[in-house]
Amino acid sequence: MSSESRAAKAAQIRHLLDTEGDAVATNTRGFNRGRYDSVADLEEYQGLKDEARAIKEDAIERLPELIDELTETIEENGGTVYIADDAADANEYVAEVCAERDADRLVKSKSMTSEEIEVNEHLDREGVDVVETDLGEWVLQVAEEAPSHIVAPAIHKSRQDIADLFNERFDPDEPLETAEELTMFAREKLLARIKEADVGMTGANFLAAETGTMALVTSEGNARKTVTVPDTHIAVAGVEKVIPTVEDLRPFVELIGRSGTGQDITSYISLFTPPIDSPAVDFDDPDTPITDGEIDREFHLVLIDNGRLSMREDDDLRETLYCIRCSACSNTCANFQSVGGHAFGGETYSGGIATGWEAGIEGLDTAAEFNDLCTGCSRCVEACPVGIDIPWINTVVRDRINETGDDGFDFLVDGLTPDAEDESSPTLQKRVFGNFETLAKLGSATAPVSNWLGRSRPVGWLLEESLGVDRRRELPAFRRETLVEWADRRDETTPADPERRVALYPDVYTNYMLVERGKAAVRALEALGVAVEVPAAPGTGRPPLSQGMIDTARAKAEGVVEALEPHLEQGRDVVVIEPSDLAMFATDYERLLEPESHRRLADHSYELLEYVYGLLENGGSPDALSVADGEERVAYHSHCQQRTMSLEAHTVAVFEECGYDVTTSDVECCGMAGSFGYKTQYYDLSMDVGEPLAGQLRDADADHVVASGTSCTDQIGDLLGVEPPHPIELLDPGR
Amino acid sequence: MMTRSDTYDRFAESAGEYGVELTRTTAESLPGTIESVITTPVVGAPLPWDDCSLPEPVPTDPSPAELDAAVTGVSAASLAVADYGSVVLEATPGGGEPVSLFPDEHVVVLREDDIVPDMETAFEWLDEQFRDTGGSAIVATGPSATADMGSLVKGAHGPKEVHAVVVT
Repeated sequence: MSSESRAAKAAQIRHLLDTEGDAVATNTRGFNRGRYDSVADLEEYQGLKDEARAIKEDAIERLPELIDELTETIEENGGTVYIADDAADANEYVAEVCAERDADRLVKSKSMTSEEIEVNEHLDREGVDVVETDLGEWVLQVAEEAPSHIVAPAIHKSRQDIADLFNERFDPDEPLETAEELTMFAREKLLARIKEADVGMTGANFLAAETGTMALVTSEGNARKTVTVPDTHIAVAGVEKVIPTVEDLRPFVELIGRSGTGQDITSYISLFTPPIDSPAVDFDDPDTPITDGEIDREFHLVLIDNGRLSMREDDDLRETLYCIRCSACSNTCANFQSVGGHAFGGETYSGGIATGWEAGIEGLDTAAEFNDLCTGCSRCVEACPVGIDIPWINTVVRDRINETGDDGFDFLVDGLTPDAEDESSPTLQKRVFGNFETLAKLGSATAPVSNWLGRSRPVGWLLEESLGVDRRRELPAFRRETLVEWADRRDETTPADPERRVALYPDVYTNYMLVERGKAAVRALEALGVAVEVPAAPGTGRPPLSQGMIDTARAKAEGVVEALEPHLEQGRDVVVIEPSDLAMFATDYERLLEPESHRRLADHSYELLEYVYGLLENGGSPDALSVADGEERVAYHSHCQQRTMSLEAHTVAVFEECGYDVTTSDVECCGMAGSFGYKTQYYDLSMDVGEPLAGQLRDADADHVVASGTSCTDQIGDLLGVEPPHPIELLDPGR
Repeated sequence: MMTRSDTYDRFAESAGEYGVELTRTTAESLPGTIESVITTPVVGAPLPWDDCSLPEPVPTDPSPAELDAAVTGVSAASLAVADYGSVVLEATPGGGEPVSLFPDEHVVVLREDDIVPDMETAFEWLDEQFRDTGGSAIVATGPSATADMGSLVKGAHGPKEVHAVVVT
């Protein structure tokens, strides 16, 4: 990405933050809070998620067989199934059905698949009037805009925006104002359209192969009218929607509303086995009872491949097909909450999972437009009701984009970043962030000169112009003496008769920059009777992984194992300071290493405060640490991946045991997530995401603000003007 | 083990959270009870149980014009789900689906024996039912609703109010 295109991207994001950001933030955060409340009430939440995932895994595995079964069943029922290779194929078929019925008007209930194939535009060209009947979709049709959210398409519009739009476009006798007035106005308008419709079109959330039953998850009732009123029903659905039986619908019915909008259940779960046994309602013949005569309905199911069957063969994209389009990944994503689907989305799909969809359906170019907005924080993984590893899909797609990318800087980058991926050319910006460890080594070796240089104006300008490192960010200060060197040189202070022995993992930040937190960790652990070694080890590979440089990340992972394995063999536990590094060991390494290496490291690695918690639980005395009197207040921001791993509570418990009064932040993310916030094109977004966190930390009015992750501390430093320490620095017995 | 009465109470509580009003009655007093909760003009779909009938003022076999004009629609639910306060409305040739959908107020009649405790039981029933008949049904929970215009509004396309009459 050139500096011009970075500036253009930043301008586009700023524009969306200004125009749509507030409505998106209010609505997505509302949905997200609803999700937390609703799933908390569900005793068997985890069990249902496991069940849902298992059904999808099995269905995608047996997809060709299930498609055959569904086709056979629907045809036995008297309907027609058409399998469309792509959008054009699907549209032609739909247009043919409309032509055969001499249809002038088609009414449509909300369907992302129909957005994907752009059927409205096609039918319009064929002379069929298409009317969206979902209120949100209709607003967008009137406004001539695209959806910005999978579930709530007009989420970026406020009530006032919609009122202005309707008043201008329809000029009602009395200007419309309240949500009630707007809804009733739309209801009347749309009922008139539905009455005149010749064909009804819906999507399908699920299709049960055994009985030919489709499930539509809705709240408004327009899907029911769309199916019930006209005698012809066309359903368009991606092939991945097929599941075996009606009984298999149950976990999805319990999960989908909760995950999406935070409703325990939506108003209507329609289970249609078309052609349905309900009489059509012919408003052209208003006085003949609808129950008179034969029920003569026509049903067409258009099952759309459009890249999906290839995704099924793709080991990394396959999980995308498990997606049930609930939008939980969007609602829980801090970046999405700020900027919405018009920035964080492709031609059709938006939010975290959109990268997988757009890469599979539209291609890498489309996915590249917004893929960087996933910072890999992993909050979406626990929100996803089928447990899709969305950050991994984003990483893989980023890796593939890198392989096709060419920003013309190769000759320069190869010298700067010698361990760039083979045969690939990620952008210069990505390569520099991905090879941050090399810079850190250099910066440390040349400190303090490197730090003076880093803060000088010409270097700041150069970094921004060539690499897109935002000048408004303070660069980290490198330390001449690394943590590993300090640990090697210091006098032997190991407890004489240690209770436990650990290898403290010297991550790149702790080793080269945040050395004090490393020293505090060593002192705290030793005070609790632990023998500590700090072995030299490479970075975990998190930076290259987050830039989509998977091969580089794998090489780092192998280096880490090589450095730590001798310690594991001698019975030491591995203690990790940086939460994102523990997440690497625990989950990402599963994709990068041999199963046995991964398991051994993952099973014996602990987050620092989790380990301290364990020591205190097993008889360690908090008095060995720096304790408070119960009056000192701490405001603690846990790192996003730390929370995904359920490790926030350990830090809170340790602080409480040490006599601190703790409050925690509950915002989704700090807005930094590794290199994201340093990139000039995302600076404004990063600060916008950070604002709710800054607000919570200010409101806490604590004596100390502490944070676990380096990126969080950098971001909070910029937001509050004072960089917070790591929790261990507050507990450091040497403080 | 949940007793029948516990199941009813749970259903009443859950449905109540969605603003559904409940009236408990006997098969004998059903016509009178329905009459007391409807607003005319009214349309109905025949009740599928031998011992239950609609009151005289509720015409079945509606025309589109009658559907359009009706304030209340009366139809039966085949099943109800206590945990969620949901009712299962089958699509029938008698027009149960449009009757439950077009008027502003839906009076749903169900038998207390047909309230099952949870979704799992409901879906076992639906699975069996659909396998035999290829039927269609709506799992309806409360009135129609939308939040697309800035705050929650009832009655986006379907009924704005739901009244459940439970036959003991």
